[in-house]
Amino acid sequence: MNTTHYLIAGASHAGLEAVHRIRLVDETSPITLVTRDAHAPYSPTILPYVVSGQSAPERVVLRKADYFTQHNVTLISDNELVAINENDRVASLKSGDQWQYEKLLLATGADPIIPPIPGLSETPFHVLRTMQHAIDLREHAGKAKRAVVLGAGLIGMHGAENLRHAGLDVTIVEMCDQVLPGYFDPRAASVIETAFNDNGIHMVMGSRVVKVESQDNGCRITLENGNSLEADLLLVATGVKPQLDYLKGTSVQVDQGVLVDRNMRTDAPNIWAAGDVAQAADFYGEDKVMMGILPDAVTQGAIAAMDMAEDHALAPYVGGVPINTYTFFGQQAISVGQCMADAQLEELTRTDDDNQRYLKILLKDNRLHGISSINEEMDAGIMWQLILRKIDLTPVKDAFIARPLETGRALMSSTWR
Amino acid sequence: MTAYNTIAFDPSRCELCNDCNACMTACSQIKAGTDDLLHSRIKIVAGFNGNPPELALCRQCGDPECTKSCPSTALTKNPETGLIDWDESLCIDCLLCTVGCTYGGITYNAELKHVAKCDHCDGDPACVKACPSGALTYITSASIFNEQHEREDLFVPGLSACQGCNSEMIMRHSLRKVGPDTVLATPPGCIPGMGSVGFNGTTGTKVPVFHPLLTNTASMLAGVKKQYNRMGRNVTAMALAGDGGAGDVGFQSLSGAAERNDQILFICVDNEGYMNTGMQASGSTSYGSWTTTTPVGTEMKGKRTSQKNLAMIMMNHNCEYVATASTAFVEDYYEKLDKALAASERGFAYLHIYSPCPTGWRFPSSQTIEVCRKGVETNFAPLWEYERGGELRFTHSIDNPLPVEAYLNLSGKYRHVSKEQLAHIQEQVNERVKSLKRFAGLN
Ligand SMILES: Cc1cc2nc3c(=O)[nH]c(=O)nc-3n(C[C@H](O)[C@H](O)[C@H](O)COP(=O)(O)OP(=O)(O)OC[C@H]3O[C@@H](n4cnc5c(N)ncnc54)[C@H](O)[C@@H]3O)c2cc1C
Ligand code: SF4
Ligand code: SF4
Repeated sequence: MNTTHYLIAGASHAGLEAVHRIRLVDETSPITLVTRDAHAPYSPTILPYVVSGQSAPERVVLRKADYFTQHNVTLISDNELVAINENDRVASLKSGDQWQYEKLLLATGADPIIPPIPGLSETPFHVLRTMQHAIDLREHAGKAKRAVVLGAGLIGMHGAENLRHAGLDVTIVEMCDQVLPGYFDPRAASVIETAFNDNGIHMVMGSRVVKVESQDNGCRITLENGNSLEADLLLVATGVKPQLDYLKGTSVQVDQGVLVDRNMRTDAPNIWAAGDVAQAADFYGEDKVMMGILPDAVTQGAIAAMDMAEDHALAPYVGGVPINTYTFFGQQAISVGQCMADAQLEELTRTDDDNQRYLKILLKDNRLHGISSINEEMDAGIMWQLILRKIDLTPVKDAFIARPLETGRALMSSTWR
Repeated sequence: MTAYNTIAFDPSRCELCNDCNACMTACSQIKAGTDDLLHSRIKIVAGFNGNPPELALCRQCGDPECTKSCPSTALTKNPETGLIDWDESLCIDCLLCTVGCTYGGITYNAELKHVAKCDHCDGDPACVKACPSGALTYITSASIFNEQHEREDLFVPGLSACQGCNSEMIMRHSLRKVGPDTVLATPPGCIPGMGSVGFNGTTGTKVPVFHPLLTNTASMLAGVKKQYNRMGRNVTAMALAGDGGAGDVGFQSLSGAAERNDQILFICVDNEGYMNTGMQASGSTSYGSWTTTTPVGTEMKGKRTSQKNLAMIMMNHNCEYVATASTAFVEDYYEKLDKALAASERGFAYLHIYSPCPTGWRFPSSQTIEVCRKGVETNFAPLWEYERGGELRFTHSIDNPLPVEAYLNLSGKYRHVSKEQLAHIQEQVNERVKSLKRFAGLN
């Protein structure tokens, strides 16, 4: 049997940050990193740009092979964690190899959800989560003319825009009445939707797909209202969900994802989870939440690793704050924290339609709860910290509302000193 | 690991220029050929409620968050320069780096339609050159650590100095540099008091150490050194003495050794008083200072007389080497220590180190270095050196000093100081600089 001190499943943002953090305090204990992917580590976020051709797969490698040798990390690619024996601390891989570990980190991310639409499983379609998906989609896009994208979440929107850049006729079908639900408020969403329309993407909103049929050279998609669309390329982007079959028989508790505490520990001994696979504390409420964003995968990976390596500098997770920096057709939509007001929140908005600008600030007890904007210069990282640190804005409230950028900078700068 | 360069920012100097925007204009000019501050990658923002200005600028982090949030590998830390390099050909404009950064160091530029960040102008930052007040400086960081961390700390861990003690820092830095072939004398004061001479037959120092009387430190060291010379062994005879042990009670033996030019490295750690016995005033205590023997009441408002300038007095002994130093300028101190060590082979070398004391002076223990720094930057404690036969030389500019309040305001011992006293202190500072300038051949 193989042995390792740290076993990390998943070589993306959460897993790679964990390796980095462990090596800051523990230079010697063996680290083994297993990933399902055959490609060198990359970010799923880059994939739409691989589809459009802007990013070449070989240029977006997050860690080169020599990084792993230099840091004494055994990288096992194109293999998979399939089972865990938590009592003996043994992980089984798809290849049949077994690894005895002292500490195990689950950083296996999430996989696309395939909606139960009649006919879909018999029809060729694309998803976008891995490099291979992107390469396949790019190849197909080169030959295709008409694409339909199911879902106006981040993946669908990024995918649609990049298919458009690749020269296709693109239609997005979305169940909700707005794009990017949960990420942006209806007003910001409508600016985004308009930009998509203006750039020739057909937006079919508030529509459910009831049937998909395979046809020669493509498929036919039937909507609830009876209308139908034809496409020679279908991209399904209706959300993601962790794939957790490897947890069968363990005491790890699962809801939508792997439930973890504020140190990213699962309920099973010696097992941690971080990133898109994990369901961790919410910053705003009691329930544990799925974050599904890159910066949070990094944060959680860091916390898990610090706990695993017994790094005394560990500060427990303060909870997930939604953050999105979304660029579309040369415009920027940014949202940090909550984007929808409720009765307890003070809401301030400013619009400048001529310049397509929009700003919304949500405060609670003079503390920042959320800020979102379209085409406004914004330091998302500073806003995130103002929220996380619950900085009292009372003495600077007017200045903050008038000039959030400069005021945020001054506040953070004074906090550092 | 090599030492990297960094752009340092001093808000109290920046405040003096009244929003000149020179740095931001210079940055916009060099990066975009315009005065439009939109293009500046350094941003000075107003402080709140009269506080000094604040700064948003890429810190070229050691463990950068922007690179970790970047999905495209457009951002990388350059191991040669320490800079965070941005590769336009890789960037996908996702702005995730702006989420990672909490300094406002990388931001979207709406005209360029890309993020932009400081790149130190290839090692010659335009903003620093343009800054009229000296608020921005381009300095090498961490080089001292990189050079010195291999050397052994010759004091034991766990000395019982106060939290934030500057003297402990001075002792450890100094002896580590001077090295193990040393016989050390520590007359009564904080230094032996915190355990460096030890007790019950064990010492707190990894070199031979002894505890002379306050009065005879320099003469005992002179004898020890002579004996080693006779035996043919080259050792450094070194004293770490407080200002009382050097300049008041111990002065006649110090002056005698300097006059004879005995081969001694004498370091005076000046915390302006007898701090470990209850904060009594010494001859080095500055005018206006509160101490337990110069209290603040209806009549007395702190010390009524000025401090004597021991470093200048020593210089007038015309011994081998005399210098002042401060732990806020460690590079400078290390250079002087090297020179003093070499000089002590020839004759008498004297180092006078300003050592603000958090306990006795009443400032938070986290502020020690800041107090040291402001002492120098206000010219309250100017840095200079003197070599036998030569002229006094300033090692830190005495031009454009900060007003002396910038230093006084930091310590509780000056809290009561009135306008008149303040004016008097400023005048003294100016006078002292004037007389130092005469020794430096400047006018
Ligand atoms: C198209 C697209 C666009 C996106 N855009 C944004 C954006 O703009 N902003 C944002 O914040 N986020 C965005 N995201 C989300 C972001 O990419 C994820 O939040 C982030 O990648 C999560 O990192 P992770 O390490 O938790 O998981 P993942 O990046 O999903 O990585 C999981 C890793 O685990 C491996 N793995 C999976 N199963 C196993 C197994 N059983 N055994 C071993 N290894 C396994 C995989 O091969 C992979 O290496 C986007 C995602 C996509 C797909
Ligand atoms: S951009 Fe921000 S996070 Fe990146 S190195 Fe600069 S200061 Fe650090
Ligand atoms: S905007 Fe460019 S540099 Fe910043 S994270 Fe995205 S790809 Fe990297």
